[in-house]
Amino acid sequence: MGILKFIVRRVALGIGTLIIVSIVVFALTNLLGDPVTRILGREALPATVAAKRAELGLDRSVFEQYGSWLQGMLTGDPGTSYSNGAPVMDIVGDRIKNSLFLMALSAAISIPLSLFLGAYSALRRDKTFDRIMSNQLLVFAAMPEFVVGALLTVLLATNVWTVLPAVSRIRPGETPWSDLDGMVLPVLTLALAVTPHVGRTMRASMIEVLESDYVEMARLKGMPERRVLWHHAFPNAVGPTLQVIALNIAYLAGGVVIVESLFNFRGIGIALRDAIPEANAPVVQFIAMFIAGIYVICNLTADVATILVTPRLRTRLR
Amino acid sequence: MIDVTSTLPPDAVGDGGTPPRLMRAALRLWRIRIGIALVVLLVAVAIIGPWVAPFGPAEFIGTPNTRNIDGSWLGSDYLGQDVWSRFLHGGRSILFMATVATLIGFVVGGAVGLTAAYDRGRLDDALMRFMDILLAFPQLLLALVALTTVGPKPWLIIAIVGFTTIPRIARITRGATVSVVERDFVGAAEALGESKLRIITSELLPNVTGPLLVEANLRLTYSIGIIAGLGFLGFATEVNGADWGSMVEENRVAVTVQPWGTVLPAVAIALLTIGTGLISDGLARTVAGIDRGRPDA
Repeated sequence: MGILKFIVRRVALGIGTLIIVSIVVFALTNLLGDPVTRILGREALPATVAAKRAELGLDRSVFEQYGSWLQGMLTGDPGTSYSNGAPVMDIVGDRIKNSLFLMALSAAISIPLSLFLGAYSALRRDKTFDRIMSNQLLVFAAMPEFVVGALLTVLLATNVWTVLPAVSRIRPGETPWSDLDGMVLPVLTLALAVTPHVGRTMRASMIEVLESDYVEMARLKGMPERRVLWHHAFPNAVGPTLQVIALNIAYLAGGVVIVESLFNFRGIGIALRDAIPEANAPVVQFIAMFIAGIYVICNLTADVATILVTPRLRTRLR
Repeated sequence: MIDVTSTLPPDAVGDGGTPPRLMRAALRLWRIRIGIALVVLLVAVAIIGPWVAPFGPAEFIGTPNTRNIDGSWLGSDYLGQDVWSRFLHGGRSILFMATVATLIGFVVGGAVGLTAAYDRGRLDDALMRFMDILLAFPQLLLALVALTTVGPKPWLIIAIVGFTTIPRIARITRGATVSVVERDFVGAAEALGESKLRIITSELLPNVTGPLLVEANLRLTYSIGIIAGLGFLGFATEVNGADWGSMVEENRVAVTVQPWGTVLPAVAIALLTIGTGLISDGLARTVAGIDRGRPDA
């Protein structure tokens, strides 16, 4: 099997996964309960309920509903909001940009940082730096983001020191970089959620590489230690962490829901949170599919990248 | 797809020994001792708390967001309820739901993983592909989607968190079991004509308890985080019910004048999850000394 064939197969698997995800999302939001009762309340008259059902297209068969919904998703028309009748795209359009910027910034800061910390911990294996680092990472890996974020707010924004804004102040139509101060805490919270996992994987991978024959060989040749580390060991240690990095970028997509709520950041996470009590299925469905899409794309990219950077796996494909 | 099923090295299995031996070895680690102390403390607060609380969880005691109120230790929250009493009431529901959800994931996921590893044929393929699809979802997101039309019902939250825990435990169990299946005593048991069920439960299961315990502990950590997180997002199972997740959210606005309402429940969740996290890390070190990647994604 050649690399191309592998990629094609992997993409097909990704699309298949997304289709199943779409069925799950649709089933959970339509079959588990009736949105109309939640929108109108339990005391609504049967005639009103029937009219509302017809208006929302819920009187059609489940398969018809799913079909037209999926078609809308694929053609960029995910329907209209149940709460105010506005097209879903109008509600989430600029929020997607804000959330993506938040995710990208968090990833751009935390991933190089955690790779470096992991590699450095490996070099200082079982020394003070490594021990402190591993305990810190353990603590941050265990705590839920909203707890980390809430405690950071108390520490840096409201009670102990008041050096940072506690909430983000991006208004509709503004770009997220217009309020960089307000982004510090959200990015820091997300970065603290990601760093432990990537850092620990990098440390393990780097330790393995440092014990390998080719690093020994490079050293025996008399190559300067710095060159051995950063030109030979580091790039090879990154390969095995790609999967974990991808999982973590994907994780950021889900993590924004909590972090955006915590800091009132105007993104898709808050839109999702607000749509749920309204039983606003079209908005929930679109955002869930968007996040699942990022998830699938990240995993796909990681699988392909791992194959490309790992000669052992690359040759096995031939 | 690249097989990333097992995060455990192949020799991880069997070295930890039987559970009593594993426990004795684990208890020598300081992180395990600290972890157990933290968990015991917080579980005690959650269970005993409601009996020793000076006020009811929704009892009005004075002006909202005030720190100095006679008879109240830490003052009142955003609705004028006693912060300390609500804290003492607020651990039970989270702990209960997280434990039940993790147990569901542990039992079903363990069974799926063991079955898949023992079979290693079509059934294995089918089961694990299905598990992969379940993994295409962030746990919190699936829970949120499920709440859309039904609202935050305890059974639904337990079911979703438990259900999404299954594939994560199944993968680890399968990975750990695959190398046990190849060992001689399994062949011997087969030659003696033991039933499949008996081989799985009495030959395979005892040899993977170590990795399974590590994973179950880790899942418990994340289940607590997700369920508390749902409360924080405003999806608590009771209206104005006292639970640590919702308390963080409710009192956040007044954090400058009354920090306890936010800090106390946040610290409680932090210590509880750090405790379970330390225990899983210590157990993992005892079993094999493993380093793992993002296990919750």
